[in-house]
Formats: sequence, C-alpha cells, structure tokens
Amino acid sequence: MTATLSIKHLSKSYVAGKPVLRDINLDFGNTGITAVIGPSGTGKSTLIRCINRLVEPTAGEILLEGRDLTKLSRGELRLARRSIGMVFQEYNLVERLTVMENVLSGRLGYMSPFDAWLRRFPAEDIERAYSLLDTVGLAGFAQQRADALSGGQRQRVGISRAMMQQPKLLLADEPTSSLDPKTSVEIMSLMRDLSDRHGFPVIVNIHNVGLAKRFAQRIVGMAGGSVVFDGPPDAITDEHLATIYGGEDWME
Amino acid sequence: MSAAARQAFPVNWWARAGWLIFAAYVFYAVSHLDFTFERFLIGLEHGAKFISRLFPPNTERMALLIKGMTESLQIAVLASLFGVIISLPLSLMAARNLMPVWLTWPSRMIMVLCRSFHPVIVAIIFVKAVGFGALAGILALTVASVGFVGKLFTEAIEEISLKQVEAVRATGAPFMSVVLYAVLPQVFSRFMGFVAYETDANVRNSTMVGIVGAGGIGGTLFAAFQRFDYDFVCTIVLTIIALIMIGEVLTVRIKRIFA
Repeated sequence: MTATLSIKHLSKSYVAGKPVLRDINLDFGNTGITAVIGPSGTGKSTLIRCINRLVEPTAGEILLEGRDLTKLSRGELRLARRSIGMVFQEYNLVERLTVMENVLSGRLGYMSPFDAWLRRFPAEDIERAYSLLDTVGLAGFAQQRADALSGGQRQRVGISRAMMQQPKLLLADEPTSSLDPKTSVEIMSLMRDLSDRHGFPVIVNIHNVGLAKRFAQRIVGMAGGSVVFDGPPDAITDEHLATIYGGEDWME
Repeated sequence: MSAAARQAFPVNWWARAGWLIFAAYVFYAVSHLDFTFERFLIGLEHGAKFISRLFPPNTERMALLIKGMTESLQIAVLASLFGVIISLPLSLMAARNLMPVWLTWPSRMIMVLCRSFHPVIVAIIFVKAVGFGALAGILALTVASVGFVGKLFTEAIEEISLKQVEAVRATGAPFMSVVLYAVLPQVFSRFMGFVAYETDANVRNSTMVGIVGAGGIGGTLFAAFQRFDYDFVCTIVLTIIALIMIGEVLTVRIKRIFA
C-alpha cells in the first residue's frame, strides 16, 4: 500500500532552539482514523497544522501523494489545501453566515472571489451540499445562521464543509473536546463512516483515550514533541500511557 | 498602635495640590479674558435683541432654502458613499491582524492625515484647489469620512475572530474569498452602524462647509447673517435642526435593521 501522506523528519520550533516537534516520521494509508494522543502542549496541534501549513514547519518533508507540501509556493499551497479538509475544536464556522454558506465555503478554492461574492456556486455543488447536510443529519437547517446551532450541530456543519472539498485527507484538531460524551461518539463515528465510504485517511488529535481506542485503527502517542508510541489500539498498555502522559495516578 | 498608622482615608497631597493649581488657573483665565458678570449682562441685552429679530421666521425665500438644503444633503450622501468606498480597502490594508507591517503603516498614516484637520479647514483647502461649490464640499467631507470611518472599520476588522478566518483559509480559498466569507460577515453589521453614524455626522458638517464656500446651505446661512436677515437665519436653523432629527431617527432604524 502506498502512503497517501508521508511525514519525514518534521521539526518545528516557534522559538529557535526550543523545538515543539522533534524529527517526526509518520506514514498514512488511504483510509482509517489515526488518533494522535498526548498531553496538552506536546505539539499535537502544531503537527496537524504543519501538514496544511497553517503553521510553517521548520524542517522536514510532508509528502501528499508524493508531492512535498513544504516546498510549495503560496499559490501552489492554496491549490494543495483544497484537497485537505480540516475540522476544528471550536468548529470555526463563520457565525453570521448560514449553514449553506458555511458548507459551500469548502468550494471557495475552486471559484473566483467575484462568483463567490455573488454566491454563484455550480448547481452540482449546491446539490452535494444538500445531500451532505442530509448525511450528517442536518436536513432542513440549510438556511439557519451558524450561530443558532448547538455544538454538535456546528461540528456536523464543520465536517460537511471539509467534505465539500472532496478531501484526500481529513485533519481534525480535537474535534470532540468541546462536545458532550454522546455527541463526541456521534461525531467520531460520522468521521469514521465518511472515511470508509470515500476512502481518505483521518488524522485526529484527541484527549479522550477511550474514544481514540474505540474509533482509531492506529494510535500515535506523543510526548515532549516526539512520537513515543505508534501502533494499533490493542497494543497500547498502561505503561505506554504512563510514558505518554507521565505518572500513573490519573489512570485510576 | 498610634492613630496615625491606622488612618482609613489617607490624604493624597498630590491630588490636593493638583486641584489647587487648577483653581488658580481658572481664576487667572477668568481675569485675563475679561470674563465679568457686567460684560455678560451687556451681552444678554444684545442677545435679546437678536432673538427678537429671529421671529417670526421668514418664509419668503423657500426656493433658496430648499436649493441649499438639497445641496447639503447631496454633499453629505455622496461624501459618505465615496468615503466608505475608499475606506473599505484602506481599512483592510490597515488591519494589523491580516496585513504585514509595511502595508498597515502607510495605510494608517493616510487615515491619520485625513483626520488631522477639521473638515472646515480641509474645505478651505479644496475651495482653493477646485474652486467654489459643492465639489469642494464633497471632497472635504470625503477626506473627513475616510479619516473616521477608516479608523472605525480598521478597529472592527482587528477585533474579528481569526479562527473563522483560519478555517476558510484552510479550504484553499483565494485571499479575496477569505475576506468575503470570513472577514466581512463578522464586521458587516458594525460597518453599517458606522456608515449610518458617519452619514449623520456628514449631514451636520455639510451644513457648515458652505460658510467657506464649499456648497450647501452654509453659504446661504452665512450670507443671511451678513445681511442681518435674522428671520431667514431662523428658518434655516430650524430646517437644519429638523434634518438632523430625521437623520437621528434614520440612523437608529438602520442600525436595527442590520443588527
């Protein structure tokens, strides 16, 4: 199996000499959820944001289908970002736009700003936006303003926006951290279903180890900016968790 | 323990000294400017004469009044429109959360320059430059609008949530689409409020730039003063007050619509 995404020797320092990520090497296939776990401040968010260069990597390569994203010019990067969907902890919907406008903003990379301004989206995009809203269980919400929705509903819109991009890869930065346990499970299984059906890998930062074990085919444990565990959920032991998070008292 | 060490309300000697100096300055200024009660009483007498000549308002020259008022209103509306059209890109370029320093700095300089002088002074400059008439008034108030609306727009843009911007940027949207979909929606209602407020201010200012020959009712008002037609002055002043009040009502309405 060829890797959809390969991260090679990735490092990132916000301040010179204080690396947040140290020599990360990871390969991702073309389906399934990979959960990245680790304590707060260990660079999970930075890792995910380095992939679509919302954060500029300091060193290393990030190959998406063989193409090194770190070498792209700004214009090329913009085109590459179109095929990388992203879901955020606080949903990051544009509050004052409608659900439909938020979902369709996943297509902005494919049209001119002028057409975007006049809301002249291709008919098939609008069709797909409606069917996506049906899939995520938000039929009938298209004309609601995003700030009128609940947390779970907002995250479904966030996922729809990413799905509109027809992504080759979905990044999810703590997508369940602001949600209640039941909604968290629903959101995770929604992402798993979409990943299975459309065939793209999902990389998800997550704090909830239970959720990670339940939904991910693979768990990457990070501590101190390095990968300290990489394997299937069954392989992770209490010793591993102690290495990742430090100490054992919290596991009781 | 001594009473002095437990004083609940300690004396602030610096504040007391400050108030004393202020009182001394007020006393000095009053004596220096011949600000006496006697002078005030004499003035009141003039005032009474003036007020008595204001009434009844003169309604013979309504055509002149209407022409002046329409011109003032046109100056205000056009200046607000041009001011906003210039302010939109300028404030975007001046927003420090979206633009690099080499761009924000000059944009801010332009806005500071526009705000440096009172509209009447700018109007004098434009009257010299483009001659008497409404054009000078429109240009002067456009400059003033860019100064104020531009600054308010910039501050609104700098207060937006960057998370929404980040999300739209991550979809690979071109920069202008990011502005249209992630920046503008966040600031639009505040922008409409600022525009209504600025138009209101421009209506007031447009009645004044005429005094220096930049068009509008101000010129008519000034001429009426010079010719001691105080009854016509009264008509003009009452009309201006009515216009400002209508503007106030409209401003509130507009803000409510776009809330």
